Amino acid sequence: MMNTSINFLLAGVGGQGTILASDVLVNVGLAAGFQAKQAEVHGMSQRGGSVTSHVRWGKVVYSPLIGAGEADVLLAFEELEALRSLNALRPGALVLVNTQVIEPLTAISGGQAYPDDASVRLAFARLTPSMEFINGEEIAGALGNLKVTNVVLLGALSALLERGGQAGAGLTPDIWLKVITERVPPKHVELNRKAFQAGREAVEMKL
Amino acid sequence: MIKMLSGNEAVARGMWEAGVVVASAYPGTPSTEILENYSLFPNVYAEWAPNEKVAVDVAIGAAYAGRRGMAVMKHVGLNVAADSFMYTSMTGMEAGLVIVTADDPAMHSSQNEQDNRTFAKFGRVPCLEPSDSQEAKDLVRAAFELSERFDTPVLLRLTTRICHSASAVELGERTAPAVEPKPFPRNPAKYVMVPGNAVKRHPVIEQRIRDIASFAEAFPYNRVEPGSRSLGILTCGVAYQYAREVFPDASILRLGMTWPLPEKMIREFAHSVERLIVIEELDPFIEEAVRLMGIPAEGKSIFPITGEFDPRVVRESAIQSGLLPASAHVPLPDLETGPLPSRPPVLCPGCPHRPTFYILNKLKVPVNGDIGCYTLALTPPLSAIHTCGCMGAGIGVAHGAAKAGSPEHHVAVIGDSTFYHTGIPALINVVYNHSPVTTVILDNRITGMTGHQDNPGTGRTLLGQETVRVELEPLVRALGIRNVRSVPGFDVKAIEKTLKEYVKLDEPSVLIVVEPCALLPDVRKRWMPLEVLADKCNGCTLCFRIGCPAILKSEELDEKTQRPKALIDAGMCTGCEVCAQICPRDAIPFRPVKVEAGA
Repeated sequence: MMNTSINFLLAGVGGQGTILASDVLVNVGLAAGFQAKQAEVHGMSQRGGSVTSHVRWGKVVYSPLIGAGEADVLLAFEELEALRSLNALRPGALVLVNTQVIEPLTAISGGQAYPDDASVRLAFARLTPSMEFINGEEIAGALGNLKVTNVVLLGALSALLERGGQAGAGLTPDIWLKVITERVPPKHVELNRKAFQAGREAVEMKL
Repeated sequence: MIKMLSGNEAVARGMWEAGVVVASAYPGTPSTEILENYSLFPNVYAEWAPNEKVAVDVAIGAAYAGRRGMAVMKHVGLNVAADSFMYTSMTGMEAGLVIVTADDPAMHSSQNEQDNRTFAKFGRVPCLEPSDSQEAKDLVRAAFELSERFDTPVLLRLTTRICHSASAVELGERTAPAVEPKPFPRNPAKYVMVPGNAVKRHPVIEQRIRDIASFAEAFPYNRVEPGSRSLGILTCGVAYQYAREVFPDASILRLGMTWPLPEKMIREFAHSVERLIVIEELDPFIEEAVRLMGIPAEGKSIFPITGEFDPRVVRESAIQSGLLPASAHVPLPDLETGPLPSRPPVLCPGCPHRPTFYILNKLKVPVNGDIGCYTLALTPPLSAIHTCGCMGAGIGVAHGAAKAGSPEHHVAVIGDSTFYHTGIPALINVVYNHSPVTTVILDNRITGMTGHQDNPGTGRTLLGQETVRVELEPLVRALGIRNVRSVPGFDVKAIEKTLKEYVKLDEPSVLIVVEPCALLPDVRKRWMPLEVLADKCNGCTLCFRIGCPAILKSEELDEKTQRPKALIDAGMCTGCEVCAQICPRDAIPFRPVKVEAGA
């Protein structure tokens, strides 16, 4: 059991499955014995806007929102949204970025430049040594369903939390899997198990 | 049993536990999920009303009939329902009546951030405010008990952060009060608000709000959490959570009832601390009332009057005013990212509203818009919404501009659900007082922006039952409008032809553009992406002007024009064929199977 609180910031684009991911995350916290709260900051996300979720675990959690500069973990579903969240993180934060690129209209036809992958990595390298970029879409695609990208990322996150020591022995993959399987249709349980495992392996291979 | 629930889910659970008999609402962010969730409980009655005023009258009817009634809306919905809210305060009811207002500090999806606690004071109605999901559930029952004890409607005020945050909730039992089979009351002195009766009721409700203020002194959701004597914090709602986090040692008086206020409790609390501050989002509602009691208090001199709070806002404001030491500051990484492209919400790929705005942009007419997805056509490249204030405003504004002699032909654009909401009286006015306004009703067969709720045009109710479909064209014709045409939403030529004809008319006209929302399950089944024939595309960029997120710039440049060719993202394209229709070089082939318009 970890001894301090932990603030997760999830960032992505409407339709990427961030809401399910944050729902899983807050319930994993609860199942692991923490107080946990979650806040969706999504305005009109259905229309392709930026989506942010806050999840907090701790002995006692008051605010559902994380103040800027106080996020301990970033789970980003998309590179531009990752970079947009950079300055909301604590120096040294744990960062997991899905390397997907979704260009907004402002970049396609509005003349604003989408940051390239190298500059995104460089920016995070100045914040923290604990960063991991994985291609969740590719892993999910290999399993036959792009929709499980979010669960691939959760699998990777679970392994990174263990590696970083933010989560102790109490937080086993079984807790994650139990929470995930409660939230997906029965016919997709096996697929989601595989996705979670594949996400873990994707970062474990890099250890 | 403990469950992680959003505030909206928790209110729905509270409604079920408290035995609400009739619940009525109009969808509106951040309140929509309350009735959606409530409707899933067994054997309940819940409905989408055409607007919030109707919803409140429906809930009042239930409460007059001796059954618990509830109406749910976003904050600006209470503006629409204000007339009903005010009269029911005068009459009281036979059973509990609770009205939920979901305010939107920071305007995540609203046109303003009005603080509806003022409505409670204005109407002599008590206001309850939860600080988390557990209280969101529990205060529903408390609100009904208060309502029945004092014969008053109760305003349950949520904010976006309460509605859309999840925290653990201990579920309770359903203990619905027994409903007595008594006839509808015949009590005109109480329920018929002619002046002679209303005059007698006014002192009654003034006494009632004083009685509730006494009750508030012992209301269990008003509570003192003792701490250091040096700082006392008066707070409510989600701001309580930020206060606890930022000032762990302070004494706190957390108000679960923010109108009327427990004066004695506040006075004693103020005496017990050296300095009293009020931490509340938006208006200095509590602060001003406390000062009127003659109690020195600070609030908006420290904390912002606009926007939403979070721990950082509260902490940094406190540091700036000297309430916290500079050492409490949490530095930001402040790393250079360069300018990042914004990601504003846009009309979806395959949105049936797109062609109408493409044509309106071409015609360069002033467009008086309304509230819905189509408001998003305000941004480039469509840039074809010029006013948008509130639900149902566009038609009236267009008429007024025309009557004032605005030299251009005005077009009002309104969605189907918004037309049923408050568009109909405005269109009656166009006919009755005669102006040559063209009204476009964008009928996408659903309430879109709030996430697909049924409405009077869909033929289905909130509980999933089949019902009468209120057809738009016969309705519009019945108002006496002679120029009415229904056109399929993806028929760009027909829309252009009709609008060109209508903007020349000297009498009212209505174009109904019919095409279901691209995100409806049945429509998704028909998605079929198109592609660009690169050898035919010459990079003319015309297809970029429809602002479709699925049309990208290819890396391949046209040899002659040196402009990027178009490229279609197969993962986003639905095959609506709008781009195919406007491409002058036939570089985007139509799908082999024709899209069934208006299906």
